[in-house]
Amino acid sequence: MTALTTFRFDDRDVPYRPGQSVGAALTACDIRSWRTTPREGRPRGLFCGIGICYDCLVTVDGMPNQRACLVLAADGMRVTTQEGVGER
Amino acid sequence: MGRVVVIGAGIVGACCALYAARAGWEVVVVDREGVAAGTSSHGEGNLLVSDKGAGPELDLMLSSRRHWLALGDELGREGLELDEKGGLVVAASEAAADVWRAFATGQREVGVLAEEVDPVDLEPRIVDGLAVGVHYPQDLQVQPVLASQTILEAATRLGAVLRSGSPVVAAQRTASSSTWRLRLGDGTAVEADRVVNAAGPWGGEVSALLGGPVPVLPRRGFVLVTEPVGPIVRHKVYSADYVDNVGSSDAGLQTSCVVEGTRGGTILIGASRERVGYDRSMDPDVVRRLAAQAVALFPVLADVRILRTYRGFRPYCPDHLPVIGPDPRCPGLVHACGHEGAGVGLAPATGAFVAAMLSADHGRAPVEVDGVATAPFAPGRFGEAVPA
Amino acid sequence: MTGADVVVVGAGPAGLACAVTAVRHGLTVDLVDAGWAVGGQYWRHPAPVEGADGAGAVTAGEVAHLHHDLPTYRALCSRLEEAVAAGRARTFLGHEVWTVGRRDGGWEVAATQRRAAGGRHAPGGGELRVAAPALVVATGAYDTSLPFRGWDLPGVMTAGGLQALLKGHAVAAGRRVAVAGSGPFLLPVAVGLAESGAEVVGVYEANPPTRWGRHLPAVARNVAKLAEGAEYAAALARHRIPLRTGRMVVEALGTDRVEAVTVARLDATGRPRPDGRTTVAVDAVGVGWGFTPVVDLAVTAGCATTRTDDGRHVVAETEGRTSVEGVYTAGETTGVGGAALALAEGERTAYSVLADRTGHDPDAARLRHLDRRIAALRSFAAAMAQAHAVPAGWVDATAAETLVCRCEEVPRAAVDHALRDREARDARQVKQLTRAGMGWCQGRVCEAGCRALVADRIGRPDRSAATERLVAMPVRMRDLLGTP
Ligand SMILES: Cc1cc2nc3c(=O)[nH]c(=O)nc-3n(C[C@H](O)[C@H](O)[C@H](O)COP(=O)(O)OP(=O)(O)OC[C@H]3O[C@@H](n4cnc5c(N)ncnc54)[C@H](O)[C@@H]3O)c2cc1C
Ligand SMILES: Cc1cc2nc3c(=O)[nH]c(=O)nc-3n(C[C@H](O)[C@H](O)[C@H](O)COP(=O)(O)OP(=O)(O)OC[C@H]3O[C@@H](n4cnc5c(N)ncnc54)[C@H](O)[C@@H]3O)c2cc1C
Ligand code: FES
Repeated sequence: MTALTTFRFDDRDVPYRPGQSVGAALTACDIRSWRTTPREGRPRGLFCGIGICYDCLVTVDGMPNQRACLVLAADGMRVTTQEGVGER
Repeated sequence: MGRVVVIGAGIVGACCALYAARAGWEVVVVDREGVAAGTSSHGEGNLLVSDKGAGPELDLMLSSRRHWLALGDELGREGLELDEKGGLVVAASEAAADVWRAFATGQREVGVLAEEVDPVDLEPRIVDGLAVGVHYPQDLQVQPVLASQTILEAATRLGAVLRSGSPVVAAQRTASSSTWRLRLGDGTAVEADRVVNAAGPWGGEVSALLGGPVPVLPRRGFVLVTEPVGPIVRHKVYSADYVDNVGSSDAGLQTSCVVEGTRGGTILIGASRERVGYDRSMDPDVVRRLAAQAVALFPVLADVRILRTYRGFRPYCPDHLPVIGPDPRCPGLVHACGHEGAGVGLAPATGAFVAAMLSADHGRAPVEVDGVATAPFAPGRFGEAVPA
Repeated sequence: MTGADVVVVGAGPAGLACAVTAVRHGLTVDLVDAGWAVGGQYWRHPAPVEGADGAGAVTAGEVAHLHHDLPTYRALCSRLEEAVAAGRARTFLGHEVWTVGRRDGGWEVAATQRRAAGGRHAPGGGELRVAAPALVVATGAYDTSLPFRGWDLPGVMTAGGLQALLKGHAVAAGRRVAVAGSGPFLLPVAVGLAESGAEVVGVYEANPPTRWGRHLPAVARNVAKLAEGAEYAAALARHRIPLRTGRMVVEALGTDRVEAVTVARLDATGRPRPDGRTTVAVDAVGVGWGFTPVVDLAVTAGCATTRTDDGRHVVAETEGRTSVEGVYTAGETTGVGGAALALAEGERTAYSVLADRTGHDPDAARLRHLDRRIAALRSFAAAMAQAHAVPAGWVDATAAETLVCRCEEVPRAAVDHALRDREARDARQVKQLTRAGMGWCQGRVCEAGCRALVADRIGRPDRSAATERLVAMPVRMRDLLGTP
């Protein structure tokens, strides 16, 4: 697999293959969490993998609460760790 | 003193139970489902003085507000999620602003605090260019389900008993005295010296089976709940045309939204008003309209998602006032229902009214309770009217 | 084509079979699915990427080895494509149906588009609204989860989640993975992971195989299932994956992510035994306790539901007809039974729609065959549900501070408090007092745990009604503007 495509996750570049979700690409890079919970600040990542649980929420291009398991990765996308409910 | 059976364990029934128990009655609360299973868990918890014009309902609300603050001190604000949040009414046009200014003048005369403000000072994310904002610091908020539960638990500590899971299906009054025998759906019976009809929107049906019918009808309302977003909206914010809708008797759909943030970080957008009986079906158009109005007030909400919508049935009387007081036709029966969209707000004052009336001689209710005239709420005002 | 005869929500095996059958018998169909490719959970495929962006993309061919019965899938796909080309069907993929409502004597499905590649919303956003006299709800199921210590650590997933990563994205969730819970579905997940290069440290099946003993007649009626089982047993052996029955994962360990799991043996009553626990290093674990039907749209349409023995709500139906006129269903929504049953039900439901719309049953022999097949597969599903029930002692794998509701971060202690010290007597009341189930997922994940906790604490099954979710998928307010 040659990864030509990358998106930005916090301060690093994450390779992905077109068709993969942000969450899948992060998992393939051994990154497991990209959000902390509002009350206890616990780390969260993928759980159900199919858009049901909303554990995988992340900020994409400045918009918080995107499901990483569904949002398809794209070149130049800016993905940032989300704290709590994020900022708008 | 004797035993009083309160029919209905919503917010109104819970308050009746507590105040009656405090007055020394032996209280049994009967609910066909459980605590706050009806409208009290399908609405919102705004305790508004701002939406009420000078008149009997505002008098009752101002009294109820003092009761709510006292309950907060006695039972703990946390258990009620009582918040002194304050309301903000905004008007888009100068014409609407003038109408509201006149309305607020009347409110101030009876002790409502209403201060003209620049909406942006209170709500930084509100839409630009509004003509006026009026801040109502006395508007409060509670969480109705928690409040019902907490208040009922306080009554229980004074000896009140909850019997949930079975409806009252029939009632008999002994010929000689005003003693009641209520039959429940599970075949058991409860005896009572007094009966309180706190069955919310079902108050009409319950009053009929008790032999003292009062006209209470359901008025449907949808509420939208958003994803958690944090403190975008700080007060209860609504636009000036809301009050016209509340007071309207039109059966058709009316929407004018109240937008507010909650502790959980979600934003509540309520509510529509529609007389469609107990029709529970989903109406996507109502959701669309409420969403559009919310976005018009807070443009930032355009990118916020709705997670949930639910609907409830307000207990509605033709003259938009609750029915509180002894039934002239049935000794021992006291009504406490029909609070429409303000039942949470008015519940404690209703409880105080009921407690005062339970011990009064039949048909001779006190003229005032807590300084509020009782006549405008008296069941007798409908004459011998039967529910439509 | 304006206004089809039928709108089908869900393009899994059930919805696909239903749509294709309906078209074959002359009806026009609108097919709506949230996914980017048809196939549902069973035939999940990577999002297709076209043109220049496609270099290096995950391809369907790459995940073909994870699939079963692909010829059926391909046949359904090509018949659907023909129907679309002939103007007899329209497909709306990447569309999340947020609600349904009555419109002009029929049903309207309202959907918004998922973010497309590039991360941006579809140009214009807005709503898709399609109406038809007949609505088929074929929305499938998702993994049933139960809380256990540490289950909210990143790296702990559902079994289906592991599978979705493999089939949809060609990604193994970890290098050392444990698969646990109960049910035959754990086997293909484990095999798929191994074939994708992960080391599967064990499949921990809570129920002993002897629980199947009582259901031999149901098995005998479904020889194909037996063959499938034998195939997986061979594959497990080939990949040296240990299958440990009568065991469950009682804790996930780690600080910021899962590093190990503790596995306990279950005693005869289904309680995890305190002795002989082992701790196994892993970097991912998938747990599944079967599946929960997605009945939201059907409930919103007013359809009656019934509760299965294991406490899940399913849409009540006969031959695909729900209690509401014009609303039909097929697949997991009627009770979890797998892809073969979903296919048969989808076809059967199409015939019911056809009969109601046109007044004729075209193919009596085919109907008899389908009804027999559905009956046999349902008897197998019933046996499976009993043989793979949640062990009675699952609560012992939780601690007071274990989160029951992950979204609202509600610990078990809060639920216990509501049941023991307050007036809560059912799951609805627990939810209202604790906020468990009020968060992002609207209780989809925690509801099973909450209901099971209520049952455990009050000593009888929870009786609260199916949760109403009038909004089936979160909907952006912007998308609702401008469509009065
Ligand atoms: C969308 C919406 C928004 C609202 N927003 C607000 C707001 O912001 N502020 C506010 O103050 N109010 C609001 N309301 C109104 C408020 O919710 C109601 O006025 C209030 O909840 C009524 O309380 P209740 O106790 O009278 O009735 P309910 O809570 O309905 O209680 C009646 C009880 O009687 C029981 N019952 C019925 N029949 C029988 C029988 N035969 N036997 C035994 N038990 C029986 C029912 O099970 C039920 O529990 C709103 C209402 C709606 C629908
Ligand atoms: C994650 C997961 C993985 C699975 N993997 C396997 C497997 O590998 N092997 C196996 O035998 N079984 C698997 N299953 C079991 C699966 O339930 C059945 O095998 C089969 O897919 C059921 O078919 P169906 O058509 O009833 O539903 P599904 O295949 O679930 O199809 C339902 C479809 O409806 C769509 N949908 C639901 N709600 C909406 C909405 N509101 N708007 C738009 N679209 C909607 C979904 O996107 C989905 O495509 C899996 C289940 C899950 C949850
Ligand atoms: S992992 Fe569950 S919604 Fe994304």
